[in-house]
Amino acid sequence: MYGTGLAKGLRLTLRHFIESYIDDVRYGFRKYHHSTDNFGIRQGTQTKGVITVQYPDEKVAVPERFRFVPFLIVEDDDHPTRAGKDWCTSCGICAKVCPPQCIWIVRGNDPDTGRPVPEPEGFFIDIDICMNCGYCAEYCPFDAIKMDHDYELASYDRTSHHIHDKEKLSKPNSYWRAIAPTRAYDEMLVRGTWEHKDAAKEARRGSASARSSAARPAAQQATPAAPVAEAEAAASPAATAPVEGATPWSEDEAKREERRRKALERKAKRAARGG
Amino acid sequence: MVNLAAAEQSLENLSIDDAIEYLKSNHSQDVRLDDRDGYEGVIVDSDQLVDIARVIRDELGFDYLSSATAVDYLGEGDYMEMVYHAYRSSGGGALVFKAQTDRDEARIPSLVPIWRGADFQEREAWDLYGIRFPGHPNLSRILMWEGFEGHPMRKDWREAYYEEEQKPFDSRWPGGHVHRAEEKNVFGKNVAYPPDIDLNRLMDSSEEAVYQSLGLGVDIERVMDKDGFETNELVVNMGPHHPSTHGVFRMVLTVDGETVTSLEPVMGYLHRNHEKIGERNTYLHNIPFTDRLDYISSMGNNHGYVLAVEQLMSLGRKYNPPTYRCEALRVMMVELSRIVNHLWAIGFWLNDIGAFFTPVLYFIQERERILDFFEAVAGSRMMCNYMRFGGLFGDLPERIKSVSNLTNDRVRDYNTMQFLTEMINERIPRTIDELELLLTQNEILIERSMGVGILNADDAINFSAAGPLLRGSGVAYDIRRADPYSIYPELDFDVAVEEEGDMYARYRVRVTELRESVRILKQILPRLEATAGESIWADGKPGAYAPRVPHGESYGRVENGKGELGYYLVSAGGRGGSSNPWRYHVRAPSFINLTPLGHMSKGHKVADIVGILGSIDIVLGETDR
Repeated sequence: MYGTGLAKGLRLTLRHFIESYIDDVRYGFRKYHHSTDNFGIRQGTQTKGVITVQYPDEKVAVPERFRFVPFLIVEDDDHPTRAGKDWCTSCGICAKVCPPQCIWIVRGNDPDTGRPVPEPEGFFIDIDICMNCGYCAEYCPFDAIKMDHDYELASYDRTSHHIHDKEKLSKPNSYWRAIAPTRAYDEMLVRGTWEHKDAAKEARRGSASARSSAARPAAQQATPAAPVAEAEAAASPAATAPVEGATPWSEDEAKREERRRKALERKAKRAARGG
Repeated sequence: MVNLAAAEQSLENLSIDDAIEYLKSNHSQDVRLDDRDGYEGVIVDSDQLVDIARVIRDELGFDYLSSATAVDYLGEGDYMEMVYHAYRSSGGGALVFKAQTDRDEARIPSLVPIWRGADFQEREAWDLYGIRFPGHPNLSRILMWEGFEGHPMRKDWREAYYEEEQKPFDSRWPGGHVHRAEEKNVFGKNVAYPPDIDLNRLMDSSEEAVYQSLGLGVDIERVMDKDGFETNELVVNMGPHHPSTHGVFRMVLTVDGETVTSLEPVMGYLHRNHEKIGERNTYLHNIPFTDRLDYISSMGNNHGYVLAVEQLMSLGRKYNPPTYRCEALRVMMVELSRIVNHLWAIGFWLNDIGAFFTPVLYFIQERERILDFFEAVAGSRMMCNYMRFGGLFGDLPERIKSVSNLTNDRVRDYNTMQFLTEMINERIPRTIDELELLLTQNEILIERSMGVGILNADDAINFSAAGPLLRGSGVAYDIRRADPYSIYPELDFDVAVEEEGDMYARYRVRVTELRESVRILKQILPRLEATAGESIWADGKPGAYAPRVPHGESYGRVENGKGELGYYLVSAGGRGGSSNPWRYHVRAPSFINLTPLGHMSKGHKVADIVGILGSIDIVLGETDR
């Protein structure tokens, strides 16, 4: 009969309409109350009716694998030997594997010997460019860069807030273990220790060298961000008082050119060795 | 006479190798084998291309032109090449044929007289590579605007803010000098024009070209209708900002009263030269970029791309094919995203024909569950970036569990397999039942969609239509069966097909495919349980971050929700292979399925055009690339 299809469909919409009130009736006025556990039921696999999340009064906690803008792991402040030390060794794999190329790493040099030290002097991520693919965290051999869970990053001025420097990127190891306990545990199993690879290596080497390594990070710990701050202060006098057009990361043009020239030379050499 | 018919019959059953042999022996003047390392198919003398193509279609039976694309071999021989992949609509592998031309005077005869599906693809090749196609009915730019300077996919064309030919850029590491590309803009923060630029000179000539392609000159023809009234045809622009066009798509219609007399799709508003970016990228970099093509079903996009790269890698010595568990997980993800895609497609098609948002919201509830699952497994709801060469990002987590981090966070915690089982066995079938109850017998829906937007089987094949558009026209062509990949050969499912070729047929195809996907998923569950504990990587550890890919070409194609998604890759590495693709082409179903839109729309009312476009199911991220 003409119209039966329509009638069936309308009956379905009516059922949906009624079901949307089932939870309301079941929980009375407690439906959206913070202290009750009806959220789990409302979002459960058996739920019928409305599953709406009342953002921002309530938010769905993100799963462990969720990825949103990377951060750098530094050792906890209460760590006995390496407090405040970066896990990053500035090996550059994250920068190379980054699809939109939003990671810039400044390698540090030892002021006395001039040789590179396994610690980044500067680390910048342009979060406007970051596509949240998670490659940096996936391919980091030191578990030093991880994807964050904090997605509320809106700000009023992108030019001054959306290039994250090392200070802004650094978060303690305990934070990572809190937001992703299972993954942190799995990584520990792969590494063989809760410690950073280097720390474990040093511990194995014996107590003598362990004492010296205990002394070294302590000295660095005093001014963890000092080199970056100095470099920035030297390069950009406007850093303290933001001026239209000034960038906190700008550096000497000649220095930049020099670095670029050297990098291109290295690349040419690499290419000559075998493409 | 009988013998001749029998001979033709047997020609249509020749294997690919025999077909190539047949071409070579009967047309030895014009056809030679492509003997470059890792390449397949034949190279056809470009003067004879149309004749040979006719032989390929009519005698050898390769009636479906899947992909036609150009490659620029600058520095590798300095020539341009058009690559064609032709298939038989009855199934089987590709006959690849190529035509080469000079870079400076690039000219290759058009194949539109043979396959109308070549229309947009040749326009794209002209637009991006500057190859002219004599014989093409309307050779104008398609993604860029008329008057654009240069052809951006040519190897010597450089984009704004160009840094280096290939990533990774040395300015990032070890260079480490952070910069914002936009600050290199000579115009500064707000665009200001240098004083010597005459703004009157910057006239946009692209509109004229669009109207000319519709046969609209300055004078609009005067028409007398049957009552003697003098009526004019009217040009109406729908889009690019129009809710019915699913994004920034534009249709230029000429209407007589309310009846459409011609329609020209205009696209490119979301064009970002995905393929050029893809050539700058390393192979690995491209995976998250493919997510952004058809952003409704990113798992399927990943799958096609990793298949293409794995095909290339298998040419090398060190290659481990993915493990069984990995393949099972891939198929599960792809089928789930097909469900997402079809729920979305049907829902928004209903929006288009007037059932505003009630049905789509019912369907989206179920989509939400699937996205929750993607988020817990791959880390993101839509931009999954889940598949890797020879493996996956990760195995299933034991529990779908979240940890409270922000204020007001509400925590959920499910057992993964239990969540999956419930979803596949109960929730998704329940949603499909509801969908059918609401729509299939609905009289309004039937009257709006039956007999509207008809595309018959021969046209569908000739227009290179793919996916539900092709199968809704009575062509049982599903790549999962016609040219199987992954573990599809051992899975039990039917190819959805409907004969009518109208909007309702396409709707029915989608509903059947939803059910078939559930059927596949039900077979995947025991496979996952049987392989629990098995590694997703053949050698037990994740792949390298900078894989080198051997010299050669490959075409990986999958049946995505919207149709055949193909990736054509060329690797031009030396002995050790290359880390960046030389050519990276996406055969986008949303793009090529628009070729018959004008043909389908003729004679229908304006309100139906919206529905016809919705029934094709396009995503602009993929159309414009």
